[in-house]
Amino acid sequence: MMVRLGRRGFVGGAVALSAALWMPRPGRAASAMGFDVARHLLSRTAFGATPAEVEALASMDFPAAIERLLATGHPKTATPAPGWVDETLSALRELRRKARAAAGKTQDGKPVNEAARLVRAHGQELRSWWIGEMLATNQPLVEKMTLFWHNHFTSSIQKVRYVPALYRQNVLFRREALGNFATLLKAVARDPAMLIYLDGVRNMARQPNENFARELLELFTLGEGHYSEADIKSAARAFTGWSIDRDSGQFVDRMQLHDDGEKTFLGQSGHFTGDDILAILLRHPRTAETIVEKLWREFVSFTPGPAEVKHLAAVFRGNNYEMKPLLRALFLSPAFRDPANRGALIKSPVELIVGTVHVFGLPVPDPTPLVRMTAGLGQALFAPPNVKGWPGGESWITTSTLLLRQQFLRRLIEATTVSSLDGNMAMARRGRRADRIQQMPEATMESYPVEGRSLRGASGEAQLGPTLTGVDKGTLLRALLPRKPIDAAAVEAGSPGAVVAAALLDPAYQLK
Amino acid sequence: MMDRRHFLLGSSALSVVLASRSALAEQRRRVLILVELKGGNDGLNTVIPYADPLYHRFRPGIGVPRDATMQLDERVGLNRNLEPLMKAWKAGDFAIVQGVGYPSPNRSHFRSIEIWDTASASDQVLSEGWVSRAFEGVQLPRGAGVDGIVADTNALPMTGPGLRTIVMQDAANFLRQAAAMKAEKDPRDDTNPALRHLLEVRHEVNAAAAGLHDKLHDGPVPAYAFAADNGFGHQLDLATRIVMAHVPVVAIKVALIGFDTHANQVPTQDRLLGFLASGLATLRENLIAAGLWNDVLVMTYSEFGRRVRQNASGGTDHGTAAAHFVMGGKVRGGLHGAYPSLADLQDGDLKYAVDFRNLYSTLAQGCWGLRRDFGQRQARPLDLIA
Repeated sequence: MMVRLGRRGFVGGAVALSAALWMPRPGRAASAMGFDVARHLLSRTAFGATPAEVEALASMDFPAAIERLLATGHPKTATPAPGWVDETLSALRELRRKARAAAGKTQDGKPVNEAARLVRAHGQELRSWWIGEMLATNQPLVEKMTLFWHNHFTSSIQKVRYVPALYRQNVLFRREALGNFATLLKAVARDPAMLIYLDGVRNMARQPNENFARELLELFTLGEGHYSEADIKSAARAFTGWSIDRDSGQFVDRMQLHDDGEKTFLGQSGHFTGDDILAILLRHPRTAETIVEKLWREFVSFTPGPAEVKHLAAVFRGNNYEMKPLLRALFLSPAFRDPANRGALIKSPVELIVGTVHVFGLPVPDPTPLVRMTAGLGQALFAPPNVKGWPGGESWITTSTLLLRQQFLRRLIEATTVSSLDGNMAMARRGRRADRIQQMPEATMESYPVEGRSLRGASGEAQLGPTLTGVDKGTLLRALLPRKPIDAAAVEAGSPGAVVAAALLDPAYQLK
Repeated sequence: MMDRRHFLLGSSALSVVLASRSALAEQRRRVLILVELKGGNDGLNTVIPYADPLYHRFRPGIGVPRDATMQLDERVGLNRNLEPLMKAWKAGDFAIVQGVGYPSPNRSHFRSIEIWDTASASDQVLSEGWVSRAFEGVQLPRGAGVDGIVADTNALPMTGPGLRTIVMQDAANFLRQAAAMKAEKDPRDDTNPALRHLLEVRHEVNAAAAGLHDKLHDGPVPAYAFAADNGFGHQLDLATRIVMAHVPVVAIKVALIGFDTHANQVPTQDRLLGFLASGLATLRENLIAAGLWNDVLVMTYSEFGRRVRQNASGGTDHGTAAAHFVMGGKVRGGLHGAYPSLADLQDGDLKYAVDFRNLYSTLAQGCWGLRRDFGQRQARPLDLIA
């Protein structure tokens, strides 16, 4: 009786929750896709899915679900932006100057670095805001594609340091997440954060800076092997003069610093500007292929087939680089639904952390611990390791990160809110004194105070939380894992709580 | 002066003894400590051709003034932020290999570091790291569970089927966490590469933890503390503890990040060179104190050097050859290789003097007694190791 009530309540709540997401119309679907396909679709296009969300989608027709998924893409966010995002460059400079003048000394007598402190504080807020948005959004695909562009057109806070520009770049990525790649490329070349990150602000006729031009060709469009060093030099000259205004921090085209001479780029000659270079790159077949290959690795499998890439790249170019026709074709391709590709990708740290918190329905009073964990697992938002971004795929899992992932999950099994997750994960201490690390007590989750829950020890189902209570063990397993568990013996035994705990610690949970 | 002479005499006498022994495999193995300088360190402002007027002409803004270098001979000097290494220089166990590079250099960060990490030719893509390749066909004792430890995140030099390499930033944490992730069995899944990778990593963790546990648990502690203001010191501390605990690894890798200096280069590079020098000097002091300095070789490397001419942003763009450091108790200190000519450039870039694969051949021989040419028709080992 208790169980049935719980289940009914759960389903009711979940339908209300997912209505905004999917607006499922059970019964009207031409042919229901079923639980496992629905789970797969959500694992790739959202940050995890609760059993109720999977069930709600399962009764839909697959192509109709894709249409609904693509129809929802608009750039509005669910959470308010941090208060400082409209600060101009000069206002921030002034703020720092004042803070420096008023600054005291730290305990060891060194002056406080106010500028660095401000950047750190704003950076922390920005990361918390985005993680919060990923958890709150009713359009997870938009956030996933925003993250995709963040990892393609990288910029790092460590170099940019003007954090409002990074927020605006994020807004740009969200605007074009399901928008148009050509529009995005042109906007990125003028984006203040990008201009700072790849030294475009210092690119002038007298002595061109090649950094942006090189990465534009190597990483953003053509890929290595499709251009020469001379092409990079020409492209750099074409972009000379594109800079940012010292006061407003906005894009400005300084005509007097532009090299108007003739350039030869990819076999064509002319008095090219930056826009001419971008137009040539958009006409080059490799540009679409580069994006398609990357999307394939994001959504389908580690190994894009050349024929499939060519086909999808043709769709992309044929639709003037509109994202929706490309994504539609990608999701509808037989490979996407091929059961062999279920669980064929490794969850990124953001997917693992945001997804798990979402599936558990844990309250998040403050996303800071989650931000720290993504960084510890190798994905510090707004601080990719280098301009190539996070390589992803197998590289997410090393001997070090696999252990930290398991540690996070074990801690989550015990937690009632994410604030209780904020222990001393190893990565948070990088750079501190070695002797302090040595003295640190056994500060792992095993000894970390537990706030009243342990799934493994749970006697009843009350411990499971709002999103999992009342679901039978078989459905729990099918919802949590993309394939059968690896350590099957551990998963089969015990209460639903024990099953969930075992499923989370199973290697298959790392897959999506 | 006496010290240096004494050292040279001693070391050459020793090398005669070693060379006369036919069974090089019996030679005590040394641990190679790889130090990656991520982002492409500007070699010209590290080992500075202070006496060359061309240097000052090409770098009017960022060139290091003559009187601000620590002069090593009548032509070149060290960046003064490397001052902590002068003790090693005077003791004669600090070698500077000048003009290290390779033919047809690639200026992409990613492709070029891949070339260095795999010891491939410029137009050849290899998936195995050069340290791993050095051990092809060599049977390592399996009992230890681990052959290489990476304290940063790039494990490529030690990646390959022959070597069991783990990535870990903190030993105590690693052991605690590994204990909680015991695999009941070692199933293989041939159809899903992602799953296969996961299971392999889990297996590596279990084996390495078993091997490391006893040695590191109550291992000796370094005598001198590493600087705490950067992650580099933490990584070197871990490396030192591994060497002191006699964990039988063939190599340990650390990295110092931030050398991608396209703009306003001088303060950034100065700071990083300071970290590098104080870290390596503390490593040396610790291993000398522990009586283990003869048992290691330290090598720095970076994906490329930088353009000779500064750019308009007070920085330098991606270039080619650079000087690299080799240190260790059995290293012949001093300048090796040849400084590339600033009057004979190729498209504004230095022409290399020493192929990095010759440096690797030298270290493979000096660390592990392995003769390796890394695909060169004729490897030309350097006279670096006594």
